[in-house]
Amino acid sequence: MQSKPIKLAVIIPAYNEQDSIAMVVNEINAISISNTEITAIVINDCSSDNTYEKVSILDCVLINLSVNLGIGGAVQTGYRYAYDNDFDYAIQVDGDGQHPANEIPKLLNEAITNNINVVIGSRFINNQGFQSSGMRRLGIGFLNKWIKLFTGLNIQDNTSGFRLFDRKVIEIVQTNYPDEYPEPESLILFAKKGFSIKEVAVEMKERQGGESSIRNFDQLYYMIKVSIAIFYTFIKTNR
Amino acid sequence: MEQYYSYKIQIISIIVSMGFLFYVSRLIIKGKLREEYAIFWVISTILLIIFSFWREGLDIIAKAVGVYLAPNLVFTSAIFAILIYLLHLSIVVSQLHDKNKTLTQDLALFKEKINKLEEKLENK
Repeated sequence: MQSKPIKLAVIIPAYNEQDSIAMVVNEINAISISNTEITAIVINDCSSDNTYEKVSILDCVLINLSVNLGIGGAVQTGYRYAYDNDFDYAIQVDGDGQHPANEIPKLLNEAITNNINVVIGSRFINNQGFQSSGMRRLGIGFLNKWIKLFTGLNIQDNTSGFRLFDRKVIEIVQTNYPDEYPEPESLILFAKKGFSIKEVAVEMKERQGGESSIRNFDQLYYMIKVSIAIFYTFIKTNR
Repeated sequence: MEQYYSYKIQIISIIVSMGFLFYVSRLIIKGKLREEYAIFWVISTILLIIFSFWREGLDIIAKAVGVYLAPNLVFTSAIFAILIYLLHLSIVVSQLHDKNKTLTQDLALFKEKINKLEEKLENK
């Protein structure tokens, strides 16, 4: 069974992450999992700072978007790359250093041993590490109820971008992935498609640099947009 | 009933709507406005011109659909038409957004592929 190594794509969307991106990529390159080939793929979402220069000297695949697409469009580019290049698994790791690279083996192991399609790295299972602000947790709590209403699933950390997909999921998301704030919305898509979803406890760090894709003023817009999107995704998605 | 509009406003509205039609036509001819989006403007200008000549027409139609004051009919239908057109524009923008996204992703993926091939060639 040692013959064919598992190909794991680590997709790192980066928008103005010059301070943290090198550390993130180096951390990923330092991981080794037996019989697994890990490739770091940085998607530079038309950064206006020196992200491109910082990444181009690193040992990783660099995909450079000429127009800013936002987090969803950027990550989807990575999934398209992973699909075209026959990767078996893909995991999203944010370019700001929030997601702990050393937890990647844990997520991959979960997906392989229990045959899970979507493995989510969750802050809230053991409540360890960086926990996010009160307002944001309130929002996440509301979305949790809202997602439960449509899918019956209880997903604690529904805004976590630290997720591992297997090839079946990659095939779906490479053609169908929301542009803006994709995390909660895509959960409905996965549930409707009949994928198995599991959360695994991870310890997240506070962002090492850059800004959140959800800024303070946008939080209300975020909640409304995501709630509506969840509803319509539920209606439009066929199994 | 006949008295509440004067010839002055009739002449003004004829001039304005003719001018508008002329401007829309110029945009189409110059290629600045695509025909599919121009249909709305051409039809609404033609309607404006018809009703600036045929003044009684408004009263007749208003009476026929049960609206007491003809101007109310004008406002209601104009607002409705504008709303529909705005929705149409949102649809157009959404489609453009999707196409733009796909194109950007394709371009980025191709660039990456070319870089890889170039590197391979250099190493040979």
